[in-house]
Order: sequence, then structure tokens, then C-alpha cells
Amino acid sequence: MSLAMSPIAADARLRLGLRAGLAIFVLLLGIMPLLNLLPVTNPLHVSDFLVSITGKWICYAILALSLDLAWGYAGILSLGHGAFFALGGYAMGMHLMRMIGPRGVYGHPVLPDFMVFLGYQELPWYWLGFGSFPFAMLMVVLVPGALALIVGFLSFRSRITGVYLSILTQAMTFALMLAFFRNDMGFGGNNGFTDFKELLGFALNTSGARAGLFYASLIALVLSFLICLRLTRSKYGRVLTAIRDAESRVRFLGYNTTSHKLFAFVLSAMLAGVAGALYVPQVGIINPGEFSPANSIEAVIWVAVGGRGTLVGAVLGAFTVNGLKTWLTSAAPDLWLFVLGGLFVAVTLFLPKGLIGLIKGRGR
Amino acid sequence: MRTGAAAENQGAAWRRPRLIHMKHPVLIFLLLFALALPARAQDAFTAGLTGLGTGFNQTAESVDRLGASGDPRALPLLRALNDGRLLRRADGALLIRDGAGATDALTGAAADATGAEVVRLNNRVRVALRGALGRLQLVSPDPAERQAAAEAVFRSRSAENVPLLDTALARETVPAIRARIALALAASRLMANDPENKLLGVTALGATASPEARAVLLEARATNPAIAAQIEEAVAAIDQRLAVRRAAETLFQGLSLGSVLLLAALGLAVTFGVMGVINMAHGEFVMLGAYTTFIVQEALRGIPMLQPWSLPLAVPAAFLVTAACGAAMERGLIRHLYGRPLETLLMTFGVGMMIQQSVRLAFGAQNREIISPAWMQGTLMLPGDIAVTQNRLWILVFSLVILGLTVAAIRFTRFGLEMRAVTQKRAIASSMGIRTGRVDALTFAFGSGIAGIAGVALSQIDNVSPNLGTGYIIDSFLVVVFGGVGSLAGTLVGAFGLGTINKILEPWAGAVLAKVFVLVAAMLFIQRKPRGLFAQKGRAADA
Repeated sequence: MSLAMSPIAADARLRLGLRAGLAIFVLLLGIMPLLNLLPVTNPLHVSDFLVSITGKWICYAILALSLDLAWGYAGILSLGHGAFFALGGYAMGMHLMRMIGPRGVYGHPVLPDFMVFLGYQELPWYWLGFGSFPFAMLMVVLVPGALALIVGFLSFRSRITGVYLSILTQAMTFALMLAFFRNDMGFGGNNGFTDFKELLGFALNTSGARAGLFYASLIALVLSFLICLRLTRSKYGRVLTAIRDAESRVRFLGYNTTSHKLFAFVLSAMLAGVAGALYVPQVGIINPGEFSPANSIEAVIWVAVGGRGTLVGAVLGAFTVNGLKTWLTSAAPDLWLFVLGGLFVAVTLFLPKGLIGLIKGRGR
Repeated sequence: MRTGAAAENQGAAWRRPRLIHMKHPVLIFLLLFALALPARAQDAFTAGLTGLGTGFNQTAESVDRLGASGDPRALPLLRALNDGRLLRRADGALLIRDGAGATDALTGAAADATGAEVVRLNNRVRVALRGALGRLQLVSPDPAERQAAAEAVFRSRSAENVPLLDTALARETVPAIRARIALALAASRLMANDPENKLLGVTALGATASPEARAVLLEARATNPAIAAQIEEAVAAIDQRLAVRRAAETLFQGLSLGSVLLLAALGLAVTFGVMGVINMAHGEFVMLGAYTTFIVQEALRGIPMLQPWSLPLAVPAAFLVTAACGAAMERGLIRHLYGRPLETLLMTFGVGMMIQQSVRLAFGAQNREIISPAWMQGTLMLPGDIAVTQNRLWILVFSLVILGLTVAAIRFTRFGLEMRAVTQKRAIASSMGIRTGRVDALTFAFGSGIAGIAGVALSQIDNVSPNLGTGYIIDSFLVVVFGGVGSLAGTLVGAFGLGTINKILEPWAGAVLAKVFVLVAAMLFIQRKPRGLFAQKGRAADA
């Protein structure tokens, strides 16, 4: 049957199939919190655990999308995307800490517990404004965006590419991790932020708030997907892909490759920040461990497994690898790191286009 | 701390010194007695014995006299008194109980202890005993005891110890203890009443480079306004010397950290710098080297003859183990990814993950203990009291030797020649009959082997655990990139530069922030000079 079709038609059909699959997947995700409301005896009931962990995976999928935009389309292999994710998470965490109000252990009306404990008299200046939700949300995108702008501008201008850029971004997240581990940074040191109470007036420990966050994440995922889709299909996206494949040539053609890459990198960092901000209230904690270089590189493997350079692939990879991780870390904890390491090796050696490449190969 | 009121009192005492004398008649007596001491030591000992056990006051005075005598024979006697083992027979003879029997305190011969009574102590005697024992230990035959005594006398400095310390100093032969006694002597002189003696003390203290001497001088400044200027001068001299010493020690620490970075980065300089293969499992090879050291150590436990050599023997063993791992990895995996550096990065990271987990399952997650050989333990004192830890000194030397050997291997051996040929122009090298695949494998094995050797050295100063290598990988890459990819000289300068900067920043920024600063600085530097300090020029730069 496929013999009769031209390759282009087959490709279009496949793309249509993937989109349809994604739409069905999103719909399935959308009814999960509703199924959670069913009585436990009902065979369609979805457990609290599954809903909350799926909420986490959705955030990871946004992170994977953002990384795919940088790596898959612009050729910037960032090993520091976890830093943008964590910075967004910390911005959200600061807002949540302020929302605890006087309900902390020490009952201080303004200062979070750890500041009372460390002997702060008043909020440090960089905490001001985080009591306001819109301001905090602005910071969720602005802080990672600003960091990406600085690092990206300096690096792209100096034409640092490839592995050098990867090492640089890895050093960036490593430095941030060390810095955030310090108590006198004013970000809770080792323990980070936890014991959150409420967001926008909703108590976080209710199933309603959980469902709300779940839907917010799902909407953010769909929106991110659409933004990335629109962007990569545009003329700008074509130039970006061209830069990925032959940067010098694109530069010689008269394009300003620095600003093209910079835009993609900053947007990508902002998306990662949003993912982190949605992640923190769902897991209830943020600490400097999120900056660890291993986290960032793990996110890279989600994209690699799914198939870089395809947006569906990034989402697919995030869900597949994290699903595997959740299953294996409880079924055979010793085995997980072998499997993860094996994934790195197998994907780079045998499956350079990821799962999507595998599906496409079948479709032909 | 001394208050202002105390200082005023002291000022008054300075003007009317007789007051002090009248308060302490025993003290003057002792002082005079001690001055006459060297000539009359023998007499003093026998004379000192007389009052013991006849009454508390007499006992205390006799203890004081014995303490002032500076006679080593008094030491066991006073110890026995302290332990309640000193007996006095009705005929006045003093005996020391020794297990079941007893010996004569004067002659050391066995003696009959029937009817002898234990010499009793009260608080006054105990105080006297403590002082006397402290002073007598200055002449003890045991160096450790003399050292401790010098410390004690320094802490309880008083003018009456001056003559004692003088004799002890004349007798002392161990340089370290001599220095301590001289310090105690100078500090004690400062407590004397005559200005000449005080000034002598100030000058002697000012000639040292000891923070303790500085503290003593500062304390004395408040009570001795008359010689405040000289004291200031002495303090300034000490401060200067301390600053020099601190700078020297910071430099050493910096060089030491640099040597660690150099060892960790040297293998990378070969695999990444020369071959252009980015190996994220490099840290795991370092870790494997450290575990090889552990295995060699355990294997040699049964052979006493070889045991002290376990560390030197671990060096070739670690090289071979990690070189074999490296060769296997290059032939099995990396070879298929040449020309795709990003994929190589991810793949090697995955391999590193698996190596780490294998070691964790095989050896457990806890730290393994590596025993340092005796010649690597302890601290070496360089002139000027600069403290240098032996193991770090050895690692510094070791790293330079390994660097030298690496350079020699690349410059002067057939293998090095082939390696350079393949790096420069693979096709031509191949057409000249060089088996490029074999050279690739050997080069990668060589770099990995150096990582293993680094692991042997790091096992001496770091915890040997499965995640030993994780801490070094980012630093190593920064060193290689900072120094200039493909340049071993750059790696050398990069390692020592980053190490020294880190240690210079540490005192005022704290260890963590210093590291953050260095990371940021290295990142910024790479932005300015993407090709590193020692950039390769010409065609090789575009490879």
C-alpha cells in the first residue's frame, strides 16, 4: 500500500498520524484528574499517585520541549537547562514561601522560617515583590531568560559552539548549584524551600488544587508545543535549522546567526523556567539538587530518546524515559542507572533519530 | 581579658615594685635560689628532700625547691608523690613504692617499707607539685615530655621560670623544642620586673613568626606603657613575617590544588586535547584508578615484604587497568561516533554512569580506606615555619613527573610520533603505513591510563567512593579549555593558575564561593579567548 504513495505523501500522512496520536494523548491526560474523582472501586479510577506523577512528567515534557528547541533546532546542546528549570522553580518557590505568611513554625508574619532561623531581621532586597503572584510569574520567565541572554550573548558572540558550549553550560549549572547550597545566599541553602501552604488562595494539599495545577501544566505544555511548532515552521525556524547544520554558511549568506541563536536560547530558557515553576508546587519542594549537572544531562537523554529535532519526539521521550524510571526505580533500583546509561549508549549509537525515527522508518 | 583597671594597677606596681616582693616572699627566695642554680644543682636536690613528709607547708616548700633545682632525678620522686606512692620511714628515709616492693628515693636501691607512711597531700602541695612537675619536665629525657612542658611553661609564663628556661635552652638539642623553649623564655622575660629583661623578651618575641608571641606582646602592651613603642615594633615585625608565611602557605595550597587539577586534566588533555574525543567518563576512569589502588593494597596484605610498596605498585596497575578500559571503550563504542562530538559526549556520559553503578554494586557506596605509607604522612616544616603536608608535596612532585613523562612519550617515542601524525593528517599518516585505528585506540588508552594514575594519587587525599570522579570532570574540562585545547603547556598553566586563584580567593570568599568565582572567571575567560591561553595556530586550530 505504501509503495503506491510518494515519499512526501507518506511523510505527510505520518505527520498527521503523529499529530492525531498526540491529540489523543493530550485528551487522555486531560481526563485523568476526572477519572481520579471516580470511586476507588471503579475499574477506571486513576490513583492520586498516578495523577501527581503524571503532573510531574508534564512539566518534564515542557522542559524537554524547551531543550529540543535549543538542541534539536538550533544545535545548542545545553547541559545546563536544569538551571533554568530550577531558577523558574525557585522564583515560584519564593512566592510560595511568602504565601505561607505567619503559618510557619516560628510564626513570623513576613520572614520564612529559614530566615528567622538564620537570624535575618528583614527580607533581603531580592525577595521584595515576590509576595505578588504576577510579579513572581514575571520573574519565572525573566530570571532564566536573563541568565540565558547573558550566557548566550557572550558565548554566541565569541562563536563558542558544540562541546565547548556544552561544557560551559554545565559549568554554569554546577556553579549555581554550589552557590545555592550556601546558607547566606538567602535561598534556604541545603534545604531549599518546602512546606508550602497555598497558591492564589487555594490550599495546595487539596485534590482540587492538584487537579488545577495538573491542568495548568497541561495547558502550558500544549501552548509551549504550539509556540515551538509555529516557530520552527516559520522562516525563522528554517534559518535556525540551517544554522544548526552549517552555521558558517548561514553567516556568510548574511544572516546574523548570533541573534537567531540567542532568541531561541532565551525562549528555550524561559520555557524551562515555566516548567520549573509548575513543577515546584506539585512536588512541594525545591532545593539546590535541582541544579545538579546530572539532572540537566538526564533531560538531554529524554530528547535524544524521543528524537531530537521533532517536537512530538521530545514530549514522547520525556514521558517514556520518566515512565521507565518510575517503574524501574521501584522494581529494580540497582538496575536503573545501567538502563539510563545504556539508553545514552544505545540511542547515540543505534537510534540517532530516537523513537520518532524508529516510527518513521516503519512508516516508509 | 585584661581590663583598664587592671592596667592601672599594673602601672602602679611598676612604680612601686617592692609591693610585689612583699606579697611573695617565697617567690623572691626561689628567684634568688634559682639564679644560683646551675652550680649547685646536686646540693639542691638533696637539700630539697629534707622537708618532705614533715608537714604540709614543709612538703610544699620542699616541692618548690625540688622544682627549682632542675634536677632530672627529682622527676620520678615528685611523680611518686603525686600518685601517693612516696613513703617516709620513721628514720627520715624517703621510699618510692613500686608495685609490692619499694626503692630508696635517693639511692634507688631496694628498701624495706615497713612502718613507712605515705606522704600526704593537701591543695597547697598539689599546686606546688603541678608547678614543679611542669618545670622539671623541661629537663626530662623524653622529648615529647619536654615539648609539653615548654608549652605549659609558655602558657603559665612567669619571671621565676627565666633561669630554669635558660638552663633548659642550653641543654636542649631538638630544634623544634628549642624553638618552643626560646618562645617560653622570651614570654617569661616579659613578665620580669627589670626593664632590660623585658626588652630582651620583646626583642626575642619580635624575632619569631608566631601568632602566640604576637598575642603575648599585645597583652603586654597594655601593662607596659613604658616599652609600648618597642612592643609595637616587634608586633609589626611578627605581622610581616606571618604575612609572608601565610602567602607562602596559600601558594603551596594553590600549587597543591593545581597539581590535583593537573593530574585530573592531563588524561583529558590527551583524549580531548590531542584526539578531540570528549570523554565524560574520564572522571570514572580516575575513580577506577583509585579503586585499583584499593585492590592492590588488599591483595598485598598477605605479603609483608611488598606491603609498603603497595602504593608505588598501584601506579602501573592502575595505568594498565584504565588503559585497558579505555582501549575497549574506544574500539567498541567511541570509534563509531568520530566526527559527532555531541553524541560522543552523551554516549561517554552513559558509559560513565554504568561504570559508576558497577563499582557501587561491586564495592558498595561507602568510602574505602586507603592506607598512606609512612613517608607520605605528617607535616614538613620548611624554613620560616611554613607547614607543608607531606602527601600533598608528594602529589605535587608526582604530578610534575607524570606531566614530564607524558610530554616525553608524545615527543620522543615512536608511538608519540605516530600519534601526532594521525592527529595532524589522518589520510597521509595512513598512506605512510601507520595503522591509524590502532594509534587511535592506543592514544585513547594512554589518556585513560593517565586518568587511572591520577586516581592513585587522588586516593591519598580524597574519599575513595564510586562518585570520586564526578567532582573532577567539570574542573578538568575547564582546565583543558582554559589552557588551550591541544597544548600540554596550557594544561599545566591552566591547572596551576586556576588552583592558585582558587586558594587566594578562599580566605575572603569562603571555599564554596571561591570555587564559584573561579568557575565564573574561567567561563568568562573562555568567552574572551575561546581557544584558551595557549591557542593553537594555523590549520590545527580549525580541526
